[in-house]
Amino acid sequence: MTDVLDPPIIEEPSGHEEHLEEHLGPTGIVKWITTTDHKVIGLSYTVTAVIMMVIGGVFAEIIRAQLTSPNNTLVSLAQYNELFTMHGSTMIYLFIGPFAFGGLANIIVPIQIGAPDMAFPRLNALSYWLYLMGSITMLSGFFVAGGAANFGWVGYAPLSNSINSPGAGADLWIAGLLLTGFSAIFTGVNLVATIFYLRAPGMTMFRMPIFTWNMLVTAILILLAFPVLTAGLIMLYCDRHFGTHIYSVAGGGVPVLWQHVFWFWGHPEVYIIALPFFGVVTEILAVFSKKPVFGYKGMVFATMTIGALSLGVWAHHMFTTGVVLLPFFSIMSLLIAVPTGIKFFNWIGTMWRGEVWLSTAMLMSIGFLITFLLGGLTGIYLASPPLDFFTHDTYFVVAHFHSIVMALMLGAMAGLYYWGPKFTGYLLNEKYGKIQFWFLFIGTQVFTLPQYLLGLRGMPRRIGVYPLHPSWQYLNQISTVGAVLVGISTVVFIANVAVSWKKYPAGDNPWDGHTLEWFTTSPPPHHNFYRLPQIRSERPTWDYNHPGHRAAEHGHGHDADSHEEVPAP
Amino acid sequence: MRTEAKVLLSLGTSFGVMVVVYWNWGHENAGSVMMFSGMLLCFLPGSYFYWWSRRMKSRVEDDPQATQTQGAGIVGAFPGTSIWPFTMGMGAFFVVLALVFGIWLLVPGLGLMVWALFGGTAEGRRGGKH
Repeated sequence: MTDVLDPPIIEEPSGHEEHLEEHLGPTGIVKWITTTDHKVIGLSYTVTAVIMMVIGGVFAEIIRAQLTSPNNTLVSLAQYNELFTMHGSTMIYLFIGPFAFGGLANIIVPIQIGAPDMAFPRLNALSYWLYLMGSITMLSGFFVAGGAANFGWVGYAPLSNSINSPGAGADLWIAGLLLTGFSAIFTGVNLVATIFYLRAPGMTMFRMPIFTWNMLVTAILILLAFPVLTAGLIMLYCDRHFGTHIYSVAGGGVPVLWQHVFWFWGHPEVYIIALPFFGVVTEILAVFSKKPVFGYKGMVFATMTIGALSLGVWAHHMFTTGVVLLPFFSIMSLLIAVPTGIKFFNWIGTMWRGEVWLSTAMLMSIGFLITFLLGGLTGIYLASPPLDFFTHDTYFVVAHFHSIVMALMLGAMAGLYYWGPKFTGYLLNEKYGKIQFWFLFIGTQVFTLPQYLLGLRGMPRRIGVYPLHPSWQYLNQISTVGAVLVGISTVVFIANVAVSWKKYPAGDNPWDGHTLEWFTTSPPPHHNFYRLPQIRSERPTWDYNHPGHRAAEHGHGHDADSHEEVPAP
Repeated sequence: MRTEAKVLLSLGTSFGVMVVVYWNWGHENAGSVMMFSGMLLCFLPGSYFYWWSRRMKSRVEDDPQATQTQGAGIVGAFPGTSIWPFTMGMGAFFVVLALVFGIWLLVPGLGLMVWALFGGTAEGRRGGKH
């Protein structure tokens, strides 16, 4: 580590010492199984989600290896179908969502608002067990006769019925999704209740950190979207086994209904996985620019607007079905660019003329901005029906959403480098972190950008072999190189965790943070706080550590270290 | 409490506007029903919070000038450890496996879930371990 800005504040704890006694609970596996502490559950979530990321990443590398040359025979076509289905399913259902709202949010949101725990600690633990068992259920499809689910992560209706996709793998996919779906719903309930009812005195709604705001909107979207998916999956199961005809033309059903139901969940899901990382990046950009968030209220309203629009855009995934209202969904999808644009301006405004400290977390966040911009701009193309007709189901779409999700991956890593010291007590090695960043960032661009060209040259999605076509082949090879670079970045990350294992004690506030989580110890004690500062703005820890910096009223003395004040931005 | 209510009510209102436009323009059933339900799902807690916010005393977390001492005291009962979420989770695991491998798995599945339901409720009545 180069420089640590603030020495930890040494001060006699004062007042409210009812809960000061050390929590003497079980340890080891009994602790893991019986805990209801949101930090332990969140850490379990994080570790499980990272394992899922590695598993999904291995699938991705096999897929890319298969596509290196035309008519490759590394895997059979049936295996290829299973691989891309389970790659998408693992990454979307089991990694990025649970990592965001089960991992980071679970640990950080209660601490950011000064709460002792989540509102429903036992429900929180149940969420984790449902998520873990759901993940195991879904992945166990590889070990049954017939293999794992092979109808794509979207499970479109005629293909996912019992005639086209027989076997236990598809049922295990449905069963696993039911469990993880309920897990997400319970986490959503928990987050909303925690944010509404367990804030510290003085922490009004418009003083909550942007990450907490984004998690509130995310949690509301979870509650709106996930029940729809669960209901759709139960209907799919009935079609497969009980002889109903909800999604089949034969009995008077409507196959496209599945697409409506799936995408009514699926598009809010895009914001469910994106908004948390918008929040992560907002926090990091502000802290590492040594400035408050630029346009705090604008950020909140942009998040709310994204949430409000998110329920009206689902059918832009279905433009080519020919049965959806094209202008409505096109307009709504284009409107989403407005709040996202506001966020981009505010992010740039936050960095503008700040004292930018290019730590790993900051680099990852800037990488997020660039990668998300690429994915977001190509999303605007896809919101236009004529362009979507041309590019639908080609690699252009694959490249678009991989730019998006790889940006989220950068955001996830930023979150781990930023908050990891808080919940483990130890910093990660910055040198390894920067190596990881460059592999991840360059790898992402090398792997997605050729796919845009591939799509424009007509290569369809989800094909395991392609005819000998020189431009397709070399673009695929470049893309594979990029995927390997991304794989190396993951190896560097794991090496970094191993190298810096309990080596660099973080102290309470290694980054001179703004929000309440940096006020408590690292890792925080049972029930999170020994004491709380007066909350008079959206960055109480900064106010406490820099008295006189802002005109806000400060309730505490002036014993905090007062190093050089940075000029007011 | 007022801000919380406004968050939900404004989301619900925007869904309401969207569903009116969508239904009158497209006459598509599935999406209209789902959007309408989404609107209700926001209005239900939102209007409750609004109704309640007009009747309750202002909470310390809504007071911009609140001091930490005003919030001192018991925030709530937070059980330190509990085995019942795990039991419930394993029960749910067996229940969904019954969808795939046979109805007999409902016996351990529902058994564990009911056991966890009673055990967890009893634990909640006792206030839980700390």
